[in-house]
Amino acid sequence: MVSLFDHKVSELHQLLHKKEITVTDLVSESYKRIGEVEDKVQAFLTLDEERAREAAKKMDQKIGTDEAKGLLFGMPIGVKDNIVTKGLRTTSASKILENFDPIYDATVASKLHNAETITIGKLNMDEFAMGSSNENSGFQVTRNPWNLERVPGGSSGGSAASVAAGEVLFSLGSDTGGSIRQPASYCGVVGLKPTYGRVSRFGLIAFASSLDQIGPITRTVEDNAYLLQAISGVDPMDSTSANVDVPSYAESLTGDIKGLRIAVPKEYLAEGVDEVVRQSVLDALKVLEKLGATWEEVSLPHSKYALATYYLLSSSEASANLARFDGVRYGYRTADPENLIDLYKKTRAEGFGDEVKRRIMLGTFALSSGYYDAYYKKAQKVRTLIKQDFENVFEKYDVIIGPTAPTPAFKIGENTSDPLTMYANDILTIPVNLAGVPGISVPCGFADGLPLGLQIIGKHFDESTVYRVAHAFEQATEFHKQKPGL
Amino acid sequence: MSRISIDQVKHVAHLARLAMTEEEAVAYMEQLDKMISFAELLNELDTDHVEPTSHVLDMKNVLREDKANNGLPQQEVLKNAPEHLDGYIKVPSIIE
Repeated sequence: MVSLFDHKVSELHQLLHKKEITVTDLVSESYKRIGEVEDKVQAFLTLDEERAREAAKKMDQKIGTDEAKGLLFGMPIGVKDNIVTKGLRTTSASKILENFDPIYDATVASKLHNAETITIGKLNMDEFAMGSSNENSGFQVTRNPWNLERVPGGSSGGSAASVAAGEVLFSLGSDTGGSIRQPASYCGVVGLKPTYGRVSRFGLIAFASSLDQIGPITRTVEDNAYLLQAISGVDPMDSTSANVDVPSYAESLTGDIKGLRIAVPKEYLAEGVDEVVRQSVLDALKVLEKLGATWEEVSLPHSKYALATYYLLSSSEASANLARFDGVRYGYRTADPENLIDLYKKTRAEGFGDEVKRRIMLGTFALSSGYYDAYYKKAQKVRTLIKQDFENVFEKYDVIIGPTAPTPAFKIGENTSDPLTMYANDILTIPVNLAGVPGISVPCGFADGLPLGLQIIGKHFDESTVYRVAHAFEQATEFHKQKPGL
Repeated sequence: MSRISIDQVKHVAHLARLAMTEEEAVAYMEQLDKMISFAELLNELDTDHVEPTSHVLDMKNVLREDKANNGLPQQEVLKNAPEHLDGYIKVPSIIE
């Protein structure tokens, strides 16, 4: 089926400029498609149709003037529901925030306003971004547009599924251990986790503050670069955002990767990675070789410790971050508490889902007196070793390449019985967050009609090289041109 | 033998301010035991001389200009409060 969203941002911008389409057309395309497929996909938690259409009408008056010059002007976007949006319900897919109406905008939301994108609605996710399948949402399970029996991945499942299904042109997700890249891989779209500090986290409902990053999910690498451009940069409201120059990402999309040195960690193609996934990566490497790159096998020797390190650190940080949900200032409050402590305890027991409580318990344990050194501090030390693995490889190589996920999208319900099995889906993405480096997932094949993703990892603040390689690969292949037959 | 006792689970639940039934405590004991035993994989590594990483970027003392800004308006802030009275957020009485 033909959709306006089959066009890239740059093409839609031209069409707007030539008055061949209007912003209203773009917004209508979104809501029309949502009307057609949303009952199957269930990507959205909240729609903002009235305001979006009103904004579109006003913006249509500006077409042809200087005010419409911005590249993202009028482009319909979906926003993950852990990014606060003033006056637009934001739940983080948790019952504890079911009726939360934010009173300020996240920095990325303000930046989107400045770029004049139009927010179509808020996207489903695993509760507080804890999960790999969207099955941990407090409200609904988003489905994979390529196969409705399968998960879209997580935690940014709604963000990836909505783009794959053509409900929005692009979206924002967040990535703590793979939550942008893994759903992008499962849904056959492009998802980038920027370098830690590249994008402000102000207004991102915190899960694990030393790992969380907001990033773009798009159909093409070029669109991804444009959207990252709009949201990047240091922010006085986030002291962990980095004061590092933001280059023009689009300029890096030259198609030229001659002489590029690729490292392929043997741990990323080892046992536990499906044969079809391994083969798709080896095929991708052949494509990149033809384009003039060279690759060698390397080792990231501490990879096998990443998962345990991640669960200790992220759960510890989460247990502190989620202390703010106590039924006092906002969110759900239990009825008839006996006293204040009882109010806290019952509110949290009733408001949080199982996975969130499990992680709060693990994190509180790891931080508690007598266990801090053995678990939390130990994990922080192993994190140093994992980070050094990456530094060592990047001394000789420009990018690291492997699969994004060890398998294609799994069936809904398949991995819910054992949390540790579920966690294993993130084994190839988690080390990237621990090291704080950027990583992208781009479509690189199919297995039984399900998309596969190639992960390209770069040096700190070198999104440009990541994009250059991803774009060159995309232009040399056809995978990104396929669409789910919804 | 579980690495963590039922009393420890209840203690952690109290620290985390989570109400928990006896049944739930048993379930958490089993799950936490599994996760902790998985985490003990890290003990294979000698980290005596490794510095911990709490933050990946080398930044310290991020300061801003000491300038007063307007806070959020009281009306707005109270909008999401479950209970409020005379401009204050209301909770059950703390002092008898």
